[in-house]
Amino acid sequence: MRPTRRHLLGALAAGLAAPKAFAQARHVYDLQPRSIGDGLWMIEGATEHFTDANGGAIVNIVLARGQTGLILIDTGPSRRYGEALATLARRLDLRGVSAVVNTHHHPDHFFGNQVFADVPILALGETQAAARAEGDGFSDNMYRLLGDWMRGTEVVPPTRALDGGSQLIDGRRVEALPLGGHTVADLALLDTATGTLVGGDLAFLDRAPTTPSADLPCWLGALDALESVGAAQLVPGHGPLDRAGRAVAQTRAYLGWLDTTLREAARAGLDMVEIMQHPLPPEFAGMGAQPQEFQRSVAHLFPEIERMELPRGN
Amino acid sequence: MIRVLAMAVGLCLGSGAWALDDPVTRLDDPMGSGMWDYHQVRLLGDPADIRFDDRVILRAPATAEDSLNVPLLVDATGIDNVRRILVFADYGPIPHVLTYYPEQAQPRIGLRFKIDQGTAMRAAVETHAGQWFVGSTYIDAAGGGCTAPAHAYASDDWEEKLGEIHGRLWAASGRARVIVDHPMDTGLADGIPVFIIEELQLETEDGTVMARLELFEPVNEDPAFSLYFEPGTLPASLRVTGRDNNGNRIRGVLGGGETH
Repeated sequence: MRPTRRHLLGALAAGLAAPKAFAQARHVYDLQPRSIGDGLWMIEGATEHFTDANGGAIVNIVLARGQTGLILIDTGPSRRYGEALATLARRLDLRGVSAVVNTHHHPDHFFGNQVFADVPILALGETQAAARAEGDGFSDNMYRLLGDWMRGTEVVPPTRALDGGSQLIDGRRVEALPLGGHTVADLALLDTATGTLVGGDLAFLDRAPTTPSADLPCWLGALDALESVGAAQLVPGHGPLDRAGRAVAQTRAYLGWLDTTLREAARAGLDMVEIMQHPLPPEFAGMGAQPQEFQRSVAHLFPEIERMELPRGN
Repeated sequence: MIRVLAMAVGLCLGSGAWALDDPVTRLDDPMGSGMWDYHQVRLLGDPADIRFDDRVILRAPATAEDSLNVPLLVDATGIDNVRRILVFADYGPIPHVLTYYPEQAQPRIGLRFKIDQGTAMRAAVETHAGQWFVGSTYIDAAGGGCTAPAHAYASDDWEEKLGEIHGRLWAASGRARVIVDHPMDTGLADGIPVFIIEELQLETEDGTVMARLELFEPVNEDPAFSLYFEPGTLPASLRVTGRDNNGNRIRGVLGGGETH
């Protein structure tokens, strides 16, 4: 068929219309589930900081098949993200989401909760309290960082306290490990059927760990606990699925280096701005969100460390 | 009469955007901030001999992670004969953070402050000859740093720690670091009046002033300063003295002692 003038004009018009369609579609999350075991899926987030380009989709989500639907572990950074998860869950299982678990109270892990207000939302008791206390402050900052991606998002803290130990969640057997250190309370879940450990943000892989609520000694203890589980595979809070024990080892090495570096800087009399400009060692420089995450950690941790290291002057 | 009025109007229009706040010396602000002229007149006293100068360096993170504790390093070692350095924010309920009189120290200081919104930060350096040199940087922030109550009140022992000093001298590198526990209440949080350290100085045992600071409300809770001296010139110890606006005295000694 010879192209006519009308075809050409039509193609031209379509070309002109395309940018508009793209702009309208800009605030849509493209979530891709990956099967990581029998009745178990993972959605892998970008190993970045929150940006307008990624819409805050930087977190790992796990879906596990229960007796009456899917158990959703963490709900993402926004209402829109939660809606995308709900749609995706119905594609995997017509019954949709039957229960939600929040690993901890950071906004990228529970700000999709409002979409699932009709099912139980489980978390450690201290996570519930921290989400109530700090949720609004996190919300202000997330709206500032992500703008329209956050539209309509309201803070819905977890609704039911979960105890440690062996539990049935919607008929699926899990071992709940109540730990902490990344925040005041961090839940890790071992899925008994597949030997999969969902580590939450206690474990990062190839993405710099975040420390706004961190207690480093406690966190290092929690990493030992994760390691002693001896799981077949681990889903870190951020970064790829790990079958080689890399996430725990890397997170441990990074936190140890961070603590040592800040203490040595305090003993040498360095100022925070000077420390922030330290070059990172090669093994940590390539992690996602560096060097910004290191600089944030200096802001979080240095004032306290410095007080401990410097002698009293009166 | 009408003609005279018309002439007067014509003169006013002809002189462009003349206003009462116009400075004697008009500068081209590299930050393009709407507040610069105002601060040049009100805070610096509208000096005639003033310019922006790249030798006044401000280093800070581009974004304030903790709006109550924003680190800032001001370095004017490229300028000779410095009398004082004013550090201030263009936008904030209380712009003036501090004034540093280096005396025997280098014109360089590390500090932390509370930020209330994204703003240009300035360091205005005055020499003993009355010349002014100004440096700038921009810090983005979520805000609220100046209007939040001090953390100290979350614990009930803040009064016992009031005036507690941590710090040390590093003679070889010429560094002094001093942290003084104090709520530094801005007066902007509900029902909490202004309560701040106003003066702080380092002096030798025989009373020679080595460096001194005037502090204002935006300085962070538990003020923390890095001061810099010529390497190898520091004595074994320096006294820290000061007072707050309630008349509490601050006294301590910095030495080269072991860190913990």
